Amino acid sequence: MATIIWTTIGAILTLSVYSFLYKDNPFYKFAEHLVVGISAGYYLVIYYFNFIQPNVVAPVFLLRIGNEAIGLGSSMWWLALIPGILGLLLYTRFFPKFGWVGRWSLGIYVGGYAGLGLSPIMQARVLNQIGANALPLTSITNVFLIVGLLGTLTYFFFSMKHKGVLGVLARVGIVFLMVGFGASFGYTVMSRVSLLIGRVSFLLHDWLHLI
Amino acid sequence: MLGDRGQSGGIRPWTGFVALSVAVAALFLCPVAVSAQEEVEAVEQDTLLLVAAPTGLSAIDTPNDRGSSINVTWELSSDDNGDGIVAGYEVFRSAHPETGFAFVGRVPFGVTEYRDSSVDNRAPTYYRVAALGADESPFFSGTFGPVEASIQWFNRSRLNALVAVIIFVVSILYFVNAAKSGKKLFIRRLAGLDEMDNAVGRATEMGKPILFISGLSSVSDVATIAAINILGEVAKKTAEYNTKLIVPCADPIVMAVEQEVVKEAYAKAGRPDAYNEDDVFYLTRSQFAYVAGVNGIMVRQRPATILYMGMFYAESLVLAETGSSIGAIQIAGTDAVTQLPFFITSCDYTLIGEELYAASAYLSREPILLGGLKGQDMFKLITVVFLVVGVIAATLTATGVIESNFMLAVFATG
Repeated sequence: MATIIWTTIGAILTLSVYSFLYKDNPFYKFAEHLVVGISAGYYLVIYYFNFIQPNVVAPVFLLRIGNEAIGLGSSMWWLALIPGILGLLLYTRFFPKFGWVGRWSLGIYVGGYAGLGLSPIMQARVLNQIGANALPLTSITNVFLIVGLLGTLTYFFFSMKHKGVLGVLARVGIVFLMVGFGASFGYTVMSRVSLLIGRVSFLLHDWLHLI
Repeated sequence: MLGDRGQSGGIRPWTGFVALSVAVAALFLCPVAVSAQEEVEAVEQDTLLLVAAPTGLSAIDTPNDRGSSINVTWELSSDDNGDGIVAGYEVFRSAHPETGFAFVGRVPFGVTEYRDSSVDNRAPTYYRVAALGADESPFFSGTFGPVEASIQWFNRSRLNALVAVIIFVVSILYFVNAAKSGKKLFIRRLAGLDEMDNAVGRATEMGKPILFISGLSSVSDVATIAAINILGEVAKKTAEYNTKLIVPCADPIVMAVEQEVVKEAYAKAGRPDAYNEDDVFYLTRSQFAYVAGVNGIMVRQRPATILYMGMFYAESLVLAETGSSIGAIQIAGTDAVTQLPFFITSCDYTLIGEELYAASAYLSREPILLGGLKGQDMFKLITVVFLVVGVIAATLTATGVIESNFMLAVFATG
């Protein structure tokens, strides 16, 4: 009985969302507010249990599961205070007089990520990719690939006008890009159709038992 | 006599002879058969139980790592031929060369190495490896040690990445200084960004808001950082034109950063009073709940201009189609290769990949951003040169003109 009730609720919400294809209406508004509200609350809990609890609360307050200390344990617990305090500083924005303090947290967060990302990106997206594409011009495929790569790189060169040889190369580059995007488009549309089939199957099979 | 006896006993004479022969044969042959069977069983038992131990045991501190790890290697047992005689190898560790060896890991047959990643740094450690017979009996190698795990502060296998980063940073610093000293830096025209002014102007004329969507990713994503930079420039224009700017966010940290950026842009434009903190708000982290919320905003507030800048996933087409259905001018920019086709088909202008990164410099013309963009271009040029040299070296190697491809070492990273 419970299964029937939940399946029916799921089906009604699915149809409410699909009703947006006609136009905005109260059913869609209800489904929209429901999913936004529930997901926002859900993620609040996820954030707490996945980030704040294991990284700040557990090490600082020495939470234990049985006899095992969780998080950072007992010796380095104070390290957890640093991100904890930086996180709390974000709330200074509610006090206009001290709002600027929160910018320190944001600066460390943004700058830290940008700096940490530089070396891995250089390795993964530049060096490894050049190495993988430095192929011998001994087959048509390789020639095709190298010409496409050079053309694409030229397209993303902003310091000179795309005229003359540079213009031709950039043109070749954009053709390669568009061919690639076309293939990607077709491939992704196919995967979206399979999502639609999944929903229709839910409605006709799980709910109405017609198929 | 025999005939009589045979008759009286009911046994025929030839039958007695056969019985006697069988008895004699049994007397001599049975011990031979039994001893042969025992021998076969013994050989089989020996085959099952006796396995040659692995040889050539060695252990070294794992190079270029952050410590706590030792690489153990050995040569295969001579019985390890993949026929099931050797079931695998077990690695044992001790702080003493003679006693206290504890199991640390197991690998299948045919494998000659194991990385022990649970070692105390700077602690002398001894290893033994056992080949396991089919019945899991261990046959131990000799002991190897002591060996110590240690932290390497410099990863030499990534030296080329360091050099590349230095070249990249130096080229950016050079061009930033050049821009600051007043040198005019050229950037080619980007059609999508030229339309940004028109798009903001159109919204102002129509008295409708501008919707800015910076994707679903966090601040750790380069595309999100680029989107935040663009948002600052757009916010300056909306402040000047007194146009409402709506920014729904999917990440709480991104929201905090974007609130700061928009607030600062309004202050720079001399309109701090026009800034409304509630226009930059958190919606939800959930992908399609976010889409549902943004679609609702689109159809109810009917923005004249929608800007999609940043990292997008499967929601891109749903958003862009809804935006298209309300007749908004749409400009998108992302480095998500799989989503670019959807933006190209459903938006008026699309910034492809690096054009997104160039956008903030292009819009603001600030020396630091312009210098950064020119520095990136210079680095791209160097990259192309290395690629061409790499292709030539690979071609010469493949055709036998040179023996080894010297460029492989340049690109190799650990």
